[in-house]
This record gives sequence, C-alpha cells and structure tokens, in this order.
Amino acid sequence: MKRIINRNPNARVQVLLSLLPFVAVAVIYVFASEARLAENANDKLLPSLDAMFKSLTRLTTVPNKRTGDILLWTDTAASLTRLSWGVSISALLGLFFGILTGAIPYTRSLLSSFIAVLSMIPPMAILPILFIMFDLGELSKVILIVIGIAPFIIRDLQQQVLEIPREQIIKAQTLGASTWQIIARVLLPQLYPRLIQSVRLSLGTAWLFLIAAEAIAATDGLGYRIFLVRRYLAMDVILPYVAWITLLAYLSDTVLLKLSQHISPWFHGTQRKDASA
Amino acid sequence: MSDIHFKNVWKTYHDQVVLERLNVNIKAGEFCSIVGASGCGKTTFLKLLLGEEAPSRGTIMLGEQRLRAEPGPDRGIVFQRYSVFPHLTVEDNVLFGLEMSESPILGRLFGRSRQRAKDQAKDMLSAVGLEHACGKYPAELSGGMQQRLALAQALIKQPKILLLDEPFGALDPGIRNDTHKLVLDLWRRFELTVFMITHDLKEGFQMGTRLLVFDKVRNDPQAPHAYGARITYDIPLNSDKRKFPVELTASLERSGSSKTDKKLLDFGPGPE
Ligand SMILES: Nc1ncnc2c1ncn2[C@@H]1O[C@H](COP(=O)(O)OP(=O)(O)OP(=O)(O)O)[C@@H](O)[C@H]1O
Ligand SMILES: [Mg+2]
Repeated sequence: MKRIINRNPNARVQVLLSLLPFVAVAVIYVFASEARLAENANDKLLPSLDAMFKSLTRLTTVPNKRTGDILLWTDTAASLTRLSWGVSISALLGLFFGILTGAIPYTRSLLSSFIAVLSMIPPMAILPILFIMFDLGELSKVILIVIGIAPFIIRDLQQQVLEIPREQIIKAQTLGASTWQIIARVLLPQLYPRLIQSVRLSLGTAWLFLIAAEAIAATDGLGYRIFLVRRYLAMDVILPYVAWITLLAYLSDTVLLKLSQHISPWFHGTQRKDASA
Repeated sequence: MSDIHFKNVWKTYHDQVVLERLNVNIKAGEFCSIVGASGCGKTTFLKLLLGEEAPSRGTIMLGEQRLRAEPGPDRGIVFQRYSVFPHLTVEDNVLFGLEMSESPILGRLFGRSRQRAKDQAKDMLSAVGLEHACGKYPAELSGGMQQRLALAQALIKQPKILLLDEPFGALDPGIRNDTHKLVLDLWRRFELTVFMITHDLKEGFQMGTRLLVFDKVRNDPQAPHAYGARITYDIPLNSDKRKFPVELTASLERSGSSKTDKKLLDFGPGPE
C-alpha cells in the first residue's frame, strides 16, 4: 500500500470528487427543505427548489411593472459596473504606486509608511464620511471598494517589485536601460501576472464592500435586492441571488486566471505554441 | 580600450571591513581569474567594478577617468543566478540590449529596425549555440543554456569589460568545457577585459592570463570583521596554456579546488 499522500486520483475520479461536495449540499438541502415544508407548508426559511426556480424565472424574465426592468439583470449590471470600476481603479492605483514605491527609493521613503497606515483604516468606519462627501450616489460605492482593496494591492505589488531579484535590475542597467525602460520592460511585464493574482485575492473583499454599500444606500444592485427582500423573509429570492453572486465571483476569478495565463505564459510555466518561431 | 587602476581601495559594510588597501592595475584585454575563500569579498570586488557599490575609500580609475559608480552598458555582467529576464524569450532577452539604446521611449523596436536587431541577435545566439531555442522562455532552458544566454545577452552590447561571477558553477563538466572554449573565444574575438570569479582553482589557472587571489592577511580572532581581504597573490599566467608546467596542473587537479592552498601558490610574487 502506498502512502495516501502518494496516491493520486485519475482525471475522471478528480471530476467526480470535486462535484461530490456540491451534490452533497444540494441533497442535504432538499431533504431539510422537504422536512420543514411537510411540517408547515408556509415555511419561508428553506423554500423548495421548485419555489426558488419559479422566483428565479420571474426575476430573470418578467419585467418590473413600474420600470419595465428585469430585476436580476438590472441588479447584476448595476453591481458589476460598480465592482469593475472599483476593482479597475484599485488595480491601476496598485500598479502605479506599487512601482513608484517599489522601484524608486525616494518615493518609497516618502510614501510607503503613509500607505501602510492608510491601509489600516477600517473602510466601513469611513463609509459615513464618503456618503457625506460624495452623496449616496455611485461614486461613494466605488470609492468604498477602492479604499477597501487598493491599499492591499499597492502594498502587495510594492513587495513584489522588491522581490524581483536585484540582479535583473542591475543587468538591465548594464544593457543600457534607463529608469523608465526598466519600469516599462522589466518591472511592468513581470508585475502583470502578480497584479492579476493580487486582484483575484481581493475580489472577495471587493464584493464584501460592494454589498455593504448597496445594503446601506442604493436603489438597485444585487446587495440592495437581498437586503430589500429580507424584510419579507423571501428566502426564495435571497438564495438564488447568493448563488448567482457566488457564480459571478467564481467566473471572474476564472476569467482573470485565464487572462493571466494568456498574457504571461512564462509565469504559469506553459510553453508558447510558436516556441520555435 | 582603457586600463583599470585600483588606488588604495577599501570597502566596508557598517563596521565590517570587506576589502582593504587594494592596489592593482589591470591592462585592457586581460583575462583575470579571481579565486578566494567563500565570503572574502570576491563578489564585492566585482560590484565595485560594476559600479553597483562605491568604494568606501580610494578610487577606481578607468583609463584617465574615475569609474562611474553606476552600472552601465560599458560593463557587462553574468551573475551566477537570475541573470536573464524570465518574462522574455531567448531571442527577446538578447534583443533587449539593442532595444534599450535604439528606442529610448518605448524600449521596443518594430519593423525593419527590429529585423536588423533580430539578425544581430541570431548571430550572437549561434555564437553561443542557442540558435534553436529562440522562442523558449528561460525557465524552459537548462542551467547551462541559461548561462550561455546570459553571455549572449551581455555581449550583444559589446562591453569593454565583462564580469563573470562564478558563471560555470551550475554546469556539468562536459558543458563546462564547451563554455570555457566559448568564453575564451569571445574574449579574443571581442577584445574584452574579463574578470571571472571561480571556486575552481584549476579553472582559474586554465582560463586566465592573470590570477588574483583574495585573502585576509591579518586576522584578529576577537574581531573577525576588523580586517578585510587583500589581493595576496597576483600571478601572471602564460597566455599559452600548454606551456603550463605539467606537474603543477596535476597537483592542482588533485587539490580539488575551492580553498586557496597557500603552499601550492608559493611560486607567485607574494603579497605586496
Ligand atoms: N550588502 C551587504 N551588506 C553587508 N555586508 C555585506 C553585503 N554584501 C556582502 N557583505 C559581506 O561582505 C563579505 C564578502 O561578501 P562577498 O559576497 O563579496 O563574498 P564572496 O567572496 O563573493 O563569497 P562567495 O565565494 O561565497 O560568493 C561577506 O562577509 C558578506 O557578509
Ligand atoms: Mg560571491
């Protein structure tokens, strides 16, 4: 008998195994839901799959009587717009300040402790300030996301720049590179995959702040809807929404990984197809 | 081509004296092998030559001028590790040096000028025997191939001075011999001044026109950092290696390498 750490499932078993927990959760849910509904047909806590499917159909196909919008799609669009703005701005800030503080000693002295302190501010604590300063509109929600994740990305990238072997920076200079050329040709391309990694790690946090902001002040958005229907104990809406958010988060994570593999194959150890070109 | 003069050069880190009172002149076109115990300051010596570190005292002259205390395209280097860019293909690694000088803003060449640079890079890559690996990333190369790539990358700028920090440490004996021939060949062809650190005394003797041995002359057991290393032996070598005494080569072979064996070197001019 081999040790268990040396025994690897084959491809098909891997897929089956990875599906197992999902199936298990679904089965447990169905049983629990049926048990509760058998006791009390009006129970709202664990709606049947059937009920959830019905409300999901309603949410995705029937336009709102007053506005003509289809709720799930308008909510999704609103939330994703805020999220992408917040994450994109944070990524750009991360890249800019990460390089500025990582590559240039003077700006590192100037900024890195300041950024370290800023990153300790609990973003939710200054949400009221944002609402006061920027109103309840879109801007304050985007800014909350930025405040929530940008410091992390900046500090992460600063560290990544510092971890690029000094030898490479010296080598570039012996090949005649200026500061700008070193940034553009040595640091930036090596930071893209690391930036994507950093963004992937902060996506969960970004969603947290998005939903928090929407719960407190919004008129649409996935977070807004969940907190709105909570008053009616509408679990048949909340659960599909949560599942949908999870799916979106998972998909964006996957897309980012694929993007990273595409633009930085060297980082992921994949060989370029035109290797002999 | 200019000679290099070390004039009473000291290098200290905090209160640790690493190198002290270095006085040495190196003629353009020489091939200096550098040996010495681990941690005695050989890499520091290269860093001074490279301009990555400035001397704490004294001056280094390149010809009539002070050596610029910043790495630049006149001095190429091959580090023992991390010497090539992992995100660039073999070809792009070699192109890098050309793109830097010809395209200050974008750092990239396009169209005809890129093609011209590519041809140049191709030549350099065939000189080091890597013409078939153009599109590969460094991670896909063996250690020896990476070192040859690093050589090609450095040489495309045609530096006057080439600094090699244990460039062959990771190579197996077969490739090592090939690479020795390659370096000697390139040294003659491009009329370089070469400084090569090695832990292999035999390699040092074989390759160089001159052997510099770094060692501490004084040592205070109570304060191990109080004194730095100096060049204790400065041995001119026959440029025709075949004339090298057979029995000495044999004894060197037996001695293995790494530690500088004083007795073995006692035929040299001795400490200054
Ligand atoms: N940046 C630094 N700061 C402080 N001390 C340093 C620094 N760089 C080197 N030293 C010290 O200088 C001494 C010489 O280091 P160096 O790297 O030149 O040794 P070396 O001869 O190249 O050794 P090896 O053969 O093991 O590579 C060492 O004792 C090291 O601790
Ligand atoms: Mg060293």
